[in-house]
Amino acid sequence: MRYLPQTDADRSAMLAAIGVDSVDELYRDVPRAARLTRPLDLPGHAGEVKVERDLQALAARNVPAGSVPCFLGAGAYRHHLPAALDHLIQRGEFLTAYTPYQPEVSQGTLQTLFEFQTQVALLTGMEVANASLYDAASACAEAALMAARLTRRNRIVVSGALHPQYRSVTETHAHYVDLTVEAGKPNPWQAEDLTGEPDKDTACVIVQYPDFFGRLDDFTALAEACHAAGALLVVAVPEPVALGAVQSPGDMGADIVVGEGQPLGNPLAFGGPGLGLFATRKKFVRQMPGRVPGQTVDEDGRRGYVLTLSTREQHIRREKATSNICTNSGLCALGFSIHVSLLGEAGLQRLAAINHARAVRTADALDGLEDVNVLNESFFNEFAVSLPRPAAEVVETLAGMDVLGGVPVSRFIRGDPQLDHVMLVAATETTTDDDLTALTVALKEAV
Amino acid sequence: MSETTLTGNRGLQQEEPLLFEQGHPGHSGVDLPEPEPVAERLGGVKRQRDIGLPGLSEPQVVRHYTRLSHMNYAIDSGFYPLGSCTMKYNPRLNEKMARLPGFADIHPFQPESTVQGALELVDLTARWLKTLTGFDGVAMSPAAGAHGELCGLMCIRAALEARGDARKTVLVPESAHGTNPASAHFCGYKVRSIPANARGRVDLEALKGALDDSVAALMLTNPNTCGLFEDEILEIAQAAHDAGALFYCDGANFNAIMGRVRPADLGIDCMHLNLHKTFSTPHGGGGPGSGPVVMTQELANHAPLPWVTEGADGFRLLEHAGDTGSDGAPLGRIKGFHGQVGVFVRALAYMMSLGRDGLEQAAEDAVLNANYLLEGLKDDLSPSYEGPCMHEVLFDDRFLKDTGLTTLDIAKGLLDEGFHPMTMYFPLVVHGAMLTEPTETETRETLDQFMETVKGLADRARAGETAALSEAPRLTPRRRLDETSAARNPVLRWTPPEDQA
Repeated sequence: MRYLPQTDADRSAMLAAIGVDSVDELYRDVPRAARLTRPLDLPGHAGEVKVERDLQALAARNVPAGSVPCFLGAGAYRHHLPAALDHLIQRGEFLTAYTPYQPEVSQGTLQTLFEFQTQVALLTGMEVANASLYDAASACAEAALMAARLTRRNRIVVSGALHPQYRSVTETHAHYVDLTVEAGKPNPWQAEDLTGEPDKDTACVIVQYPDFFGRLDDFTALAEACHAAGALLVVAVPEPVALGAVQSPGDMGADIVVGEGQPLGNPLAFGGPGLGLFATRKKFVRQMPGRVPGQTVDEDGRRGYVLTLSTREQHIRREKATSNICTNSGLCALGFSIHVSLLGEAGLQRLAAINHARAVRTADALDGLEDVNVLNESFFNEFAVSLPRPAAEVVETLAGMDVLGGVPVSRFIRGDPQLDHVMLVAATETTTDDDLTALTVALKEAV
Repeated sequence: MSETTLTGNRGLQQEEPLLFEQGHPGHSGVDLPEPEPVAERLGGVKRQRDIGLPGLSEPQVVRHYTRLSHMNYAIDSGFYPLGSCTMKYNPRLNEKMARLPGFADIHPFQPESTVQGALELVDLTARWLKTLTGFDGVAMSPAAGAHGELCGLMCIRAALEARGDARKTVLVPESAHGTNPASAHFCGYKVRSIPANARGRVDLEALKGALDDSVAALMLTNPNTCGLFEDEILEIAQAAHDAGALFYCDGANFNAIMGRVRPADLGIDCMHLNLHKTFSTPHGGGGPGSGPVVMTQELANHAPLPWVTEGADGFRLLEHAGDTGSDGAPLGRIKGFHGQVGVFVRALAYMMSLGRDGLEQAAEDAVLNANYLLEGLKDDLSPSYEGPCMHEVLFDDRFLKDTGLTTLDIAKGLLDEGFHPMTMYFPLVVHGAMLTEPTETETRETLDQFMETVKGLADRARAGETAALSEAPRLTPRRRLDETSAARNPVLRWTPPEDQA
C-alpha cells in the first residue's frame, strides 16, 4: 500500500524489539467485547487508477459553474483564480505544515498570516484582524458573542437583510449561551432603518454590506446610534471584492467586521471550505476569537513572528477562552492573501470596477425584459429581481436550458409569497457577453 | 549569530521583507481589461481613498511566497511527531481529485439536479465514516474538531431537552484537549474536571462519584491524551448512562483504532472525527479542517442542517427543518453552506485508496511505531505510563531533573537536528509533557534516527553540556522569539511608516 512505508520485515523486527509476538498484543487494553472480529463492510485498498476513475465519475455528475453561464452568488462568488496562486498554495511547506506552534521553523506561515491580517485590516478599514475563522456565518456568530462579552449585554439585533444562513448560525450559537436575537423582516422593496433599535440592553446590531439583496447603504448614522447606546456595530461582508469599489465598513464606524474570504483566492468547492474574515478595533483585541500572529524579535534581534495573545485561547484558558476555535482556515487565508498580493491596489480596484460594470450591464439587460424587474437602486455585483413566476421554478427551467441563472430567495426564506418571486443574480469578471445573452434568451422563455 | 552576511541571507535561507515593503503603487500581477464605461450604481458609498495595498508583478509574488515557504517545517520535509495532531503524509492524489472542476467549481446554491455527484460524495463519505465507527448518524457540517465538539454537545443538549431532562454540567478529564471545556462552555454547560488515576486513565470511582442528575455528558478522549486506551471504557459508558448522562468522545485519536474498534461498540453516543488528522487531509498551516460528528440515531435527529438524503429521485439536500421528516428536529445551522466538501473529497480519496484493509494496517502501523519509540526511548527519557501505548507515547521531564534544562530546551534542540518536536507541555497531567506521535507514514530508519538524536540530546543534558540545548535553536531561520513582548505590546499588522507614532 503506497502510503505505508513499513515492510513486513520491518514490522517483524519492530515487534521483536518491543518484545511482543503480534500487533494484537499492543491492543490488549481494548476490552475483548469491543474488538472487531470481522472485516468491515467496506471495499479494499485501490490504486490511483481506480480511485481517480471512481471519483471522476462522481465529479462528472455535477455541472461545473464554469461550464455554463453562471449568475449565482448569495454569499459564494466565482472569480478567476490566477495560475500562480494554486501553484503556491500547493507548496508542501505551506500545505503540509501544522498550526505554527514552533515559530523558529514556521516563519513562512506566520509571516503570511501577518500579511493576511494586514490586508484584511486595510480592506475593512479596521485596526486589527485575526488569522481567520471557518466562514462568514460562523464569524458572524463569533462577533455576536464577542459583542455580548464586551458590553455584558444579551440582545443581538439582526438586519432583515443579513444573509439568512449567517443569521441562522448566529441564532444557534446565541441560543446556547442565552442571548436573544431579534431579526428584522427581509424586504428587498424597502430600505431598512435600524437607527432606532440600539438600546441599553443591545450588545450589537448586525448588518450586511452589500446586503443579502445586494444593496449598499451608508451605516454611519447607524454606527453613531449604536455607540450612543453603548452597543457595537457589526458589519458582515459577503463579497470582499466589493471593498475595492466601496467605502470600508471601518470608515463608517463599524466596531467588528466579519466576512467571507472565499471569493478571493478560493474555489467555490460547493461552499466549503470557506474563509471567515474577522477584524475589529485594537482596544477590543483581547476579546477577539481566533489565532493571531504578532510581530516580535528573536534572540539575535531579527524581526520575526509568533502566535500571540494566547491567553485568550482554549489551550490556555479552557472554559474561559474567548472561543473554542483551534483549527481555522489557514490555507484559505494564504490563498486569499496571494490573490490580493497579485492584484495589488490597482488590480483589486480594477477587478471591483469590472465586477460592478458587468453587474450593471446584467441588470440593465434583465430590466429590459418584460415581467422582470430589478429591485435594487444600488448594488455592487449582485442584485435582486422579481419574476412573474416563483423563482425556484424559473431557476429549474433555466438549469434545464444549461443556464445557472440565479439563486431563488425561497431557498432560504420560506412562506413569503412575495419573496418566492425574487431571485438573486450575480455577475463577475468571468461573466461574458455570451453568458449574458444566454441568460436573457433563456429567461424570456422561462418566465 | 555565528556568521553574518551582507544580505542577512544564509545560502538557501533567504530573508524576505513584508509584501508591504515591496512593489510600486500601480503595479499588478494580474492583467485585467479596462472596465466598460457604465453609470455606477454604488448608492453613494463609492470608495474615496486607496486601500493601501502594494503593487507587485507575478514573479515578485511567486518569489515572495517561495522564499517564505523555505522558512516552514512541514510533513513533506521531515518527521513531525506532534502528539494529538496526527501529522501523517498528505497524499497528492487527494489534491488532484479535489481540483476536478466537478468538485472545485460547483456553486453551493446550484439546483440539486446539477450537483447530484456532490451530494452523493457527501453521502458516500458519511457512509464510510459511519461504517468505520459503527454509528447510525453523522453530522457532516462541522468545519474542524472543536466545531465538531460543539456540534456534538449541542445535539446532546437538544436530545436531553427532548427527553425532558435538561442538565447543566459536562464532566471533562483533566487530561482533555483545551477545546473540550471551551466547547462545553459555548454550549451553555458548566465544566467539572475529573482526575486521572495512576495508570493515566480516568479514575472510574471518581467519575462515578461525580455523576449525578445534573450531568449532561461525559466528554472523554479515547485513546486518551496520554496515548493510552481507556481500558475501563465499557464501565465508564455504563456509569454515564446509568446516571442519565450521554457519552461524548473526542475522536482526535481515532487513527490508533480505525478498522479494529468501532467507537459505537464502546458505549459512546457521539464522536467527532478530524478528517485533517486521521484521514490525511492537509493542515495547511492551521486549516481548513473538517470535523464530522458520528452519533446515535437519537442524537442524529437533532443534527444541524443541512442533511443529505437519498430518495427515489436521487439525492436531496434538506436545508429546512420542515423537510427533515417526522423524527427530524434539527438544532438549526452551525455553518454556512453544506460543510467542508472540498475536504470530504480529499478524505474520501484517502479512504478509497487505503480501503478497509489499508486503514486497519495504517492504525496498526501507527501503534507499532509509537510502541517502538516507547521501547527505544524508555531508558533515556522518562515514559509517564507503562505501555503498550496506542498511536502516541507520553514522556515527561523527570529525565531532565537537576540538569537545569526543560522540555522546551529538548524541543528546540530537536529543531537544530532537523526534526519537528513532539507536542510539549500537553497533556497537563504530567510535568513537562512530551507527547510523541510518529504516525504510520514514517520509515523505521526515520524512527531510528529520531531516537538516536533524542538519546544524544538527553545524554548531553545529563553530561552537563547544557549550552547546546539552552541556546538552541541556532540553525533555524529564526532563533527563540520574544513571546512576552509580543503579547505585552501586540503588533498584529504592518502599519505604513508615516502612521507609526
